[in-house]
Amino acid sequence: MSVNELELEEFRQEVSAWLTENNPGDPGFLLPESFMEVGTDAQFEYLRAWQRKVYDAGYLGMSWPKEYGGGGKPQVFQDIVTQEMARQRVPFMTNTIGLNWAGPLILQRGTEEEKQKYIKGILNADDIWCQGFSEPDHGSDLGSAQVKATKDGDDYIINGSKIWTSLGTYAKYMILLARTSNDGPNKYAGLSFFLAPMKVEGIDPQPIKKLTSEYGFCQTFFNDARIPANCIMGSEGEGWAVAMATLMFERGNVGGQAGGIAMMDVNVNDVLELARRSKRNGKPALDDPLIRDQMVKLLIEARSNTLMSSRAKIPALNTERPSAIAMSGKLRSSELKRRFCQFALSLQGANGGRFIAPEAVDGGRWQRIYFNAFSATIGGGTTQVQYNIMGERVLGLPKS
Amino acid sequence: MDNQINFTEEQSMLLDTAMDFCGKNSTINMVRSRLEQEQSLPTELWSQIVALGWTGITIPESHGGLGLGFSDLVPVVEAMGRNLMASPLVWSAISARAVLLGGNEQQKSHWLPKLASGAIATMAIVEPDGSWLLEEPESVGTINGDALTLSGTKCFVQDATIAEVIVVSVKIEGEARLVLLEPASIPATALTPEVVIDETRRCYQLSLEGIKVPAAQLLPVTCFTEIEQAAILLLSAEMAGGHASTLSLIIEYLKTRKQFDRYIGSYQALKHPTVDILIGLESTRSHLYHAASLLDDTGAEVSDEEKEAALRMLKAVASEGFAYAGDRAIQFHGGFGFTYECDAQLYLRRALWCQHQFGDETHHRALLAPLLLGA
Repeated sequence: MSVNELELEEFRQEVSAWLTENNPGDPGFLLPESFMEVGTDAQFEYLRAWQRKVYDAGYLGMSWPKEYGGGGKPQVFQDIVTQEMARQRVPFMTNTIGLNWAGPLILQRGTEEEKQKYIKGILNADDIWCQGFSEPDHGSDLGSAQVKATKDGDDYIINGSKIWTSLGTYAKYMILLARTSNDGPNKYAGLSFFLAPMKVEGIDPQPIKKLTSEYGFCQTFFNDARIPANCIMGSEGEGWAVAMATLMFERGNVGGQAGGIAMMDVNVNDVLELARRSKRNGKPALDDPLIRDQMVKLLIEARSNTLMSSRAKIPALNTERPSAIAMSGKLRSSELKRRFCQFALSLQGANGGRFIAPEAVDGGRWQRIYFNAFSATIGGGTTQVQYNIMGERVLGLPKS
Repeated sequence: MDNQINFTEEQSMLLDTAMDFCGKNSTINMVRSRLEQEQSLPTELWSQIVALGWTGITIPESHGGLGLGFSDLVPVVEAMGRNLMASPLVWSAISARAVLLGGNEQQKSHWLPKLASGAIATMAIVEPDGSWLLEEPESVGTINGDALTLSGTKCFVQDATIAEVIVVSVKIEGEARLVLLEPASIPATALTPEVVIDETRRCYQLSLEGIKVPAAQLLPVTCFTEIEQAAILLLSAEMAGGHASTLSLIIEYLKTRKQFDRYIGSYQALKHPTVDILIGLESTRSHLYHAASLLDDTGAEVSDEEKEAALRMLKAVASEGFAYAGDRAIQFHGGFGFTYECDAQLYLRRALWCQHQFGDETHHRALLAPLLLGA
């Protein structure tokens, strides 16, 4: 379908105006930066209401099929909305797992009945989704998942526990990776994938208090929990393939997500903006040569990451170690973020010692972002493990 | 900011050819065998380089060159750096740029075809105080009728004894200018070899005392910005190449050397910094080919500030990364690294030379601050 430029430009203006007018504004408490940080009922309700408002206005799931609750429009419209949301820095869409991973997965692989049942609730935030992949003993090694699903008549009985379940207490459904068998030729063959209901007896999401002193994650315990057998996606033993398909959505390798921003973008330019309004001993911080140099170093490093992404697209400039840039991406960006947050604190003088409170610079946002930045330097394989992987797989060095 | 990297089919071919040529003609043994020779490169090898057309890359077709962009030299120089080849190519090309952008028609049509066909040119723009500010030479030129009398001292004039022309900066009536100096005007005693940290290079001090040339040897236009940018780009290309070789040297040793019954590459204390060296290299090469793309972009889309920022970032990143790689290469070779026999010193010396020419990372960061941080 072709869409003319003028129509798109008009649409952008319409969205922009709508967002300006309907931005829910300051809630009077510090908002989370992503769905992984939703820790109070007030935060959750505020975000849920906002997502619903965006959906009701027709700005979410615009490219999803109409018959399930989507907008049935070309993707380009949704992209414009997402761009405008990022530009105006409105709050993020909190049903992230549903909108970005479970939803597209169901549209891609689900049955007609599943599409009818789940899609609309994902979009209007009636049905919150969470993810049950990681386990306490198997952080990055998903293939070794041990949560057990045992077929019993029309049910599966689930036992074990999952960890880092964001929105666990609010979720109505979970995408669950569980072990239905130990007999396969390898560990992956015994895994199955479920669209599991959360509000059943024996499923108990326990909030975990984070280093920020907030909540946002759960450990979800399964104790002889019965879920209907028909909530399996695909058949027994296909779980690994479905999980991998989900990760393709999660990592943005394939499109089909409902759109809208999934987190508040914080980058080195935000730190520069903070530096501009900061003082060092009564004088503008950016008058201080050492602060200037630190700031320039961070800007160069961010620029390096951007330019590496540009170069990664040119095979002739990546002949020797074609995977080096891609494989170091998480390591580089997560470590940079951690360090620019440290710097953001150092810009605050004695106030760097404050925490989330009205008196803190930006309400303590930087302290919290710094602490939460560890989720990326630890999650998905710690920085130290990433260094080993790079050393061994990219440079061919002997195993540690 | 623009994130473009344009790498053309032509550049890709140049990179392949140059990697192949330099790999064969500048093996580490050849590099070592030249350290004590008078010339940085054997004459016959220079003839081969000329035959490959590399000396004409940046010179317009109307002046006998290939008419490619300045950025098309980058893959060639990267390959040279990769193999520690020292050659007059870099300074010949920068000199040609000075003539192309600043010379009158007569100067251009006299020199550019010669340079395209292999005449060697070099520049004398650095002085004993080691300043990186090219616009402030202390050497002086005095015009008297048609004659120009020079005085002062220049250093680090590379390959000066084999150059057919040296482009010299002097201050004339308070203004920095460039003068074309030919060997006939240079007394035999004016050039003295200098001891420099990178032993692959042949550098000379040039005493300008009493040298007299026709005033017509002055370039009408002085373009220090373009000269500095060209120097940064090519030095960084050399550094990118050298950095890559240093990494290979380290990896090779880490995979073969055993201590306490383990390959030393299995120790994370060595493995992790080696990954940092890799990331530094990937970063330098990305800045390099981005800056190269911007340098040749004559369109209005890229502002002067963007170009300047890209080049200064490149020099800062390349200098810091290569110097770190060279430093760690020594350390990781242990006792062997402390010896002259270990090749790690060749790379560290190259890194330190390049780092300290045309501004190190602190210099460029200081100049980046106003560009990046705004008022």
